Amino acid sequence: MKANYVIIGAGISGCSIAYNLAKKGVKDIVVLDKSYLTSGSTGRCGAGIRQQWGTKMNCLLAKGSIEFFEKAKDTLEYEGDIEFKQEGYLIISTTFEEDEQFEKNVELQQSLGIPARKISKEEAKEIVPHLNTQIIKGATFCPTDGHLNPFRMTDAYYRAAKRLGVKFYFNEEVKDIMVHENKIEKVISSNLEIYTNHVVNAAGGYAKEIGDMAGVDIPVYAENHQILVTEPIEKIQSPMVMSFSKNIYCQQVPHGSFIMGRSDPSVAHNHCIESSWQFLDEMAKTVCEVLPLVGKLRVVRQWGGSYTMSPDRQPIIGDTEALEGFYLACGFSGHGFMFAPMTGLLLSEIMLKEPSTIDISDLHISRFKNKQVFTYEKSVV
Amino acid sequence: MNKRDIIICRCEDVTLQDIHNLMDKGYTSFEELKRLLRIGMGPCQGNTCGQLVQREISKYLKVKLEAVKIQKVRPLTTGVKLNSINEGARDES
Ligand SMILES: Cc1cc2nc3c(=O)[nH]c(=O)nc-3n(C[C@H](O)[C@H](O)[C@H](O)COP(=O)(O)OP(=O)(O)OC[C@H]3O[C@@H](n4cnc5c(N)ncnc54)[C@H](O)[C@@H]3O)c2cc1C
Repeated sequence: MKANYVIIGAGISGCSIAYNLAKKGVKDIVVLDKSYLTSGSTGRCGAGIRQQWGTKMNCLLAKGSIEFFEKAKDTLEYEGDIEFKQEGYLIISTTFEEDEQFEKNVELQQSLGIPARKISKEEAKEIVPHLNTQIIKGATFCPTDGHLNPFRMTDAYYRAAKRLGVKFYFNEEVKDIMVHENKIEKVISSNLEIYTNHVVNAAGGYAKEIGDMAGVDIPVYAENHQILVTEPIEKIQSPMVMSFSKNIYCQQVPHGSFIMGRSDPSVAHNHCIESSWQFLDEMAKTVCEVLPLVGKLRVVRQWGGSYTMSPDRQPIIGDTEALEGFYLACGFSGHGFMFAPMTGLLLSEIMLKEPSTIDISDLHISRFKNKQVFTYEKSVV
Repeated sequence: MNKRDIIICRCEDVTLQDIHNLMDKGYTSFEELKRLLRIGMGPCQGNTCGQLVQREISKYLKVKLEAVKIQKVRPLTTGVKLNSINEGARDES
């Protein structure tokens, strides 16, 4: 078969890109996924949406995406509830240095029109009464950050894209990309051979492998990040509570359960997505210290998923110098769910050679060329 | 009996009708139904609904029961309080 564009990966990124291209009138778009919808990182993520970032690019991607999420249900004509809850992110500092860094972050965020502010311990306690303020120096709060259901949001993009004529094939693993004289010729998957000149790599944790198939070296790797969910209770916590120094994020979702995660600094670089008792132990210790009341809840389930890390912890979005017609949307480094509307919009603009809504030349893969040291995004768990 | 009155998932209050509505839209794997309806995500972790849903999918797709995958089993096997895990972890170290 033939296609104008082949998108590899039906996570939130691939679905958003497909929708944006189709909405701009592009015909003949095919999306391939080796498993089911949201089977990658998207269906495993913490469902958090925030604009409180330390780099300008991340702030802008998040801000533009939130503006989309606010209207997404209507824009995408989705019949279900995408469970978008804007009750903020409360980011706590526990050291003097961290508090100073937050001062700078908030300055940057405010200069970009993001309504974040520094708040005192006392204010933080008012927002989250069960917060252990003994361990905190201060906090920042942005009321328009929040939570969004990853399955429903991806489904909303998927259904909208399908209505616009995009064809999705599931359980269809891309095995090879054939290139001739610096031009893509075809994509070979489990059961299909698709002749095309344009391929989008939105394969999440497998973006590097897809790049290798096309002969394009992408400096990203996958690492396992674990997360758990508790039994649901009546609402006691509005915002996401997050700490980089304590290594925790914890939010009560609209369903009533608490979702929480933390990182393991010594994690291996591979495709493992298992859960471990070590994570459970460390998570329990941390949450009992930061949010003692939450300790009373029972853990129902734990799981893991891949962060796809780039050298500067910012996504890679754009075309490639190495191969004509090969486009990238990967390396989200643990925060690609919340950027998806901008990922789809901006990449579709680049692909169709339209003017960019915001300048994202800083996200091009060429930024890594001949570079060893990076200023990277530090505000990550 | 009306499909609306048949509860398939007691934890998350999902009816047979809910499941058929989604199967009619093309979501015919347990994993997809789980993510949109929360079946198998409650305290029993699919111990009750798993086989019921498997049977419904098999009837709907007209394939053998064994050919329908059920949910992935994830830890924990039973709910444990974070406080208990915390105390246990501290005792060990
Ligand atoms: C525990 C955890 C918590 C997180 N929390 C947050 C959060 O709170 N907020 C946030 O914004 N982000 C969060 N993230 C990050 C977020 O999940 C990802 O950045 C985002 O989902 C990436 O989406 P994607 O569509 O690019 O990739 P994915 O969702 O991984 O999709 C890639 C798809 O490509 C498919 N694929 C791979 N290889 C092939 C192949 N060869 N052929 C065909 N298909 C293929 C996969 O099956 C998969 O469906 C978290 C991640 C984890 C693991």
